[in-house]
Amino acid sequence: MASCPADRPGQDRPLADRVPAGRAPADMAPAPDPAAFPGDRIALVDLLDRVLAGGVVVAGDITLSVADVDMVTISLRALVTSISALANHQPLDAG
Amino acid sequence: MTSQTGTWVYGVTDSPAAIRRDSLDQLTGVGGGNLHLVAAGGLTAVAETVSLDEFGETALRRNLEELSWLESTARAHHRVIDALAGQVQLVPLRLATVYREDGNVRAMLAEHGPELRAALRRTANRAEWGVKAYADEPAAARAEAEPAGRRKAAPESGAAYLRRRRDELAASKQGRQEALASAQQVHAALARIAADARLHPPQSPELTGSRSAMILNAAYLIDDQHAAGFREAVDDLRNRLPLRLELTGPWPPYSFADAAPDLQ
Repeated sequence: MASCPADRPGQDRPLADRVPAGRAPADMAPAPDPAAFPGDRIALVDLLDRVLAGGVVVAGDITLSVADVDMVTISLRALVTSISALANHQPLDAG
Repeated sequence: MTSQTGTWVYGVTDSPAAIRRDSLDQLTGVGGGNLHLVAAGGLTAVAETVSLDEFGETALRRNLEELSWLESTARAHHRVIDALAGQVQLVPLRLATVYREDGNVRAMLAEHGPELRAALRRTANRAEWGVKAYADEPAAARAEAEPAGRRKAAPESGAAYLRRRRDELAASKQGRQEALASAQQVHAALARIAADARLHPPQSPELTGSRSAMILNAAYLIDDQHAAGFREAVDDLRNRLPLRLELTGPWPPYSFADAAPDLQ
């Protein structure tokens, strides 16, 4: 169309894409924080605490239960065995 | 059938009549399918027929290693349980409990009837709440962050360095002990209100995105009628103690589905 604003390159990008004035180029692309979900969306790490470690475990003729999987083989072991660094001063087990 | 199917089980209830029919039709499960009910011995499982190409043993072992697959599956599993837990008393099953067919689910319901009923009784009219406590940034970390320029400008003697280091470590140790004592207080106060409590391993800072260390990652089983009081207690502790407290919930009673060997 005649009114197509293609003659103004760079003017139609979303505001968030523009580099704020005076900001050093090194600050242009901060790494997104995967843990920071907007709003009240449940953090994955909180959910995995519960669905991987909680819930009734039933045996029987099942094809596989997470309970049977050696959790160390799961590449997300950091999520579920993140304790190693803190295990030495885990506060409340002794109490 | 073109491909083999299995039965994914979300949870078990003893009052299926309270499940709204339309919610079963509207909810989408982990495999993108509709939900159905499987009943035996007075108990009813909420289930979904899934393809073993994706949810069979071999596929599951592979898929559980994929973060994006695990995330979407965990969220879909939770979405179903959370929606139904708002309607009926439902005890959740561990993620990725897949049977070869509905008949095996019926056998499971019959065989595990007593423990499933016990779990339903334990969690009736109760919900799970999560409380995480973070310690303030340790004194040692603050000391490390001290501008290096100052030290360069005025190099300290070996003795001064050791003295400073010892003080830093002592401050750090004291700070940690104070934080742990506060966390003990939090847990003791909240466990008194709770019908039951569980401690999850603290989450690593890489995953929480927090710079401070998590020193408490607890779940509390709270009577619905005490939910407001529990939240007030968390607010009160937050105001009184030098800890950052995060409250999540209400959750379906995931952490309390299995009987505790002993009360923590």
